[in-house]
Amino acid sequence: MKKASILMIIGSAMLLSLFVFPMWNIRLGAPQYPEPLGIDIYINGLRGESEFDIQNIDGLNHYIGMKTLPKPEEMWEFSVFPLVILAMSIMGILIGFLSIAGKLSSNWFLLWFVLMSILGILGMYDFNQWLVAYGTDLDPNAIMKLLNPDGTPMKYNPPLMGHKKLLNFDAYSYPRLGGVLMGIGMIFTLTAYFIGRSKVIKTR
Amino acid sequence: MKTSIRIHSLLMAGLAFLAMSCDQGNRAGNGALSSNIAEKVYIAPGERDEQYGFLSGGYSGNLTVYGLPSGRMFKEIPVFSQFPTSGYGYSEETKPMLNTSFGFVPWDDLHHPDISQTKGELDGRWIFANGNNTPRIARISLTTFETEEIIEVPNSAGNHSSSFITENTEYVVAGTRFSVPVPQRDMPISEYKSNFKGALTFIAVDPEHGHFNIKFQLIMPGFNYDLSHPGRDKSHGWFFFSTYNTEEANTLLEVNASQNDKDFIAAINWKKIEAYVNNGGGKKVPARYAHNVYDESTHTATSTIKEEVLTVDPSDVPGAIYFLPTPKSPHGCDVDPSGQYIIGSGKLSADITVHSFDKMLAAIDAKKFDGEAYGIPILNYDDILAGTVQSGGLGPLHTEFDGRGNAYTTFFISSEVVKWKLGTWEVIDRQPTFYSVGHLMIPGGNSRKPHGKYLVAMNKITKDRYLPTGPEMEHSAQIYDISGEKMQLLYDFPTHGEPHYAAGCDAELIVNNSKKIYRLDENKHPYAITSPAQAKVERKGNEVHIYMSTIRSHFTPDNIEGIKVGDKVYFHITNHEQDFDVPHGFSIIGQGTSEILIMPGQTKTSLWEPKRVGVWPFYCTDFCSALHQEMQGYVRVSPANANIELSWSLDE
Repeated sequence: MKKASILMIIGSAMLLSLFVFPMWNIRLGAPQYPEPLGIDIYINGLRGESEFDIQNIDGLNHYIGMKTLPKPEEMWEFSVFPLVILAMSIMGILIGFLSIAGKLSSNWFLLWFVLMSILGILGMYDFNQWLVAYGTDLDPNAIMKLLNPDGTPMKYNPPLMGHKKLLNFDAYSYPRLGGVLMGIGMIFTLTAYFIGRSKVIKTR
Repeated sequence: MKTSIRIHSLLMAGLAFLAMSCDQGNRAGNGALSSNIAEKVYIAPGERDEQYGFLSGGYSGNLTVYGLPSGRMFKEIPVFSQFPTSGYGYSEETKPMLNTSFGFVPWDDLHHPDISQTKGELDGRWIFANGNNTPRIARISLTTFETEEIIEVPNSAGNHSSSFITENTEYVVAGTRFSVPVPQRDMPISEYKSNFKGALTFIAVDPEHGHFNIKFQLIMPGFNYDLSHPGRDKSHGWFFFSTYNTEEANTLLEVNASQNDKDFIAAINWKKIEAYVNNGGGKKVPARYAHNVYDESTHTATSTIKEEVLTVDPSDVPGAIYFLPTPKSPHGCDVDPSGQYIIGSGKLSADITVHSFDKMLAAIDAKKFDGEAYGIPILNYDDILAGTVQSGGLGPLHTEFDGRGNAYTTFFISSEVVKWKLGTWEVIDRQPTFYSVGHLMIPGGNSRKPHGKYLVAMNKITKDRYLPTGPEMEHSAQIYDISGEKMQLLYDFPTHGEPHYAAGCDAELIVNNSKKIYRLDENKHPYAITSPAQAKVERKGNEVHIYMSTIRSHFTPDNIEGIKVGDKVYFHITNHEQDFDVPHGFSIIGQGTSEILIMPGQTKTSLWEPKRVGVWPFYCTDFCSALHQEMQGYVRVSPANANIELSWSLDE
């Protein structure tokens, strides 16, 4: 049981890496940009992969009438997400310690995992909503107004995950170190639940 | 059906085989290797060269940057000449770079680039170059590839034995080819002998910022100081200058300066003179020379006229200067990577003279002199001779080294490069050049550690090498692979202006330091604006200052009214891009200067003096984006006595 609890503590503590490393990344490469422009998405805001990438992406986006990329204060997510992550991490660590002390069973690990998964899915849903809104809510006076073959206005939202061609740009969207560590952490907590459960079964 | 196809293809294969063997038979002389040669210089699209070559532009006044081994030109760096492509020497910020004691001199003759060194090895920080005509020395940054500093050299004329640096870039040295009255004065030319002097100038280079300061000028006898090179490694602390016209002729030099069988290489112990000067030696004399410095943070050059220079009379520092007799009006004066051999190329000779540094020191110690000239001891030729290269060529000029014990000398008259061995003086190989080669360059070939893979020969005569372009043609250069025992001619390429010397180095020394943009938040130009909201137009009498910004793809402001005929209108344009390789240009109808090309984060100023009433357009000259054609604006010019208020706008 102790081993499982330690895994639970480590797994939930790994969420804290999101305060240091980016969660997600969107990269835009084009013939003119052999070194792609990149946005690192942190839980508390957006940063360019290179110092001036955000400014340069905004500069290019003005041709198609996109809004400039949001500053931290312009999106509630960037103030709420850090609180949620912090709270979940502390809660997970606490559950781990309480289970060492024998106050809680490993079922709590599963409860934490399910709660975190729901929050994660909500977060992804919200992220996708933002991408779609950002890529479709365009200035009607944009310099370039492009239509799809079926006559509908072209959308420029990058993919939630994977690759998508946007005019001359290839957009790639993938998790980055913070997101990966969060994922591994969550797997740890789920593993902790199974180890804990098997121990319980054995002792029975 | 199937069989016939098979027979057919067999036949084809047989024919192809025949063709191939024929081909090989034909190419046998130069040729089994031809394809292999092509591979050696072929840089596939998207790939990059191994080395940089910086070729002097001679009378273009500029420096050109090439890739080796491809021979592709990457950039022309304006140094001593106005350059309308970027606005260098035309923009208000860069006009001071070309200021001299003679006023604005918009041209010079750039000869001998030399890359900065630390401990005798190239460090890739700066490249120095000399202006031959109105004596000047320039320092060019190898992070921005822009000229950052130019100092005029007083008491000098025909600044030719320049701009060579000592092995820790302590000094960049500038010697005069033409001796002149020092100080300049009104006197008969026929009184040249013993009255004219040759100034050798040691310009200290600040180790951190590279800034110049003339430490001292050595006032030498009135010979012609032709070329020079520093001692290195064991001979570090010495500098060697070749001379001709030790006859001190002042007319028909081609005859009168060719009378002495031997002229001299002057060996100068600069460390000794430096110590003398540091102890208060030397004499401060009045002089006028310009010192022009470009500041990267203000993007602006300033020119200061200096009034004094410290001179040293050789007779006041005994034991610091010696003359090494060298046959046949020596031109090139080169020092091998170990610092042991000083090579003098008598340009009217078949042979190359090699002096030994050790033997020179021994002869000095033993005080074995063969007379003196103006109080300077002359060493005995035989005492200091290390050896003679019986080259079989004619007209040796310049020598470079590969770091593997070999030397390569160009022969102007017999038009070839000869490879020979240091120490044994035997000739190993010779290759023709096309035609009449002057300098040659092996990247780093003039340091302790040559990057000796390629050799570039720079020729004076082109004739039939390329498609004809009328009477005037660019000069030609050849690249040889020198990694093997025999030299191999790889490639032929035209150069720009007239390359004299060149410098080169491995690409990795420079690539990672090359700047991509200037930071807008570090722009300290007094007329810079960091946001389009700061754009404005101000009038001070008849001067109008326009604070303008650019970003893809518009000017802010782009409509300006209230300008009058007779105004001096300064367009101060800040490029707000912070993206690599996105310059914007600016030009306006009737501009009496040139366009200006403004790099990301930079501010440049163009002066426009409207002469006629009307509404005049301006536009961006650099195809900056898909909407580049829309990047334009208008200036309304009213009569001189009009009452139109100044106004400016964008999208109102």
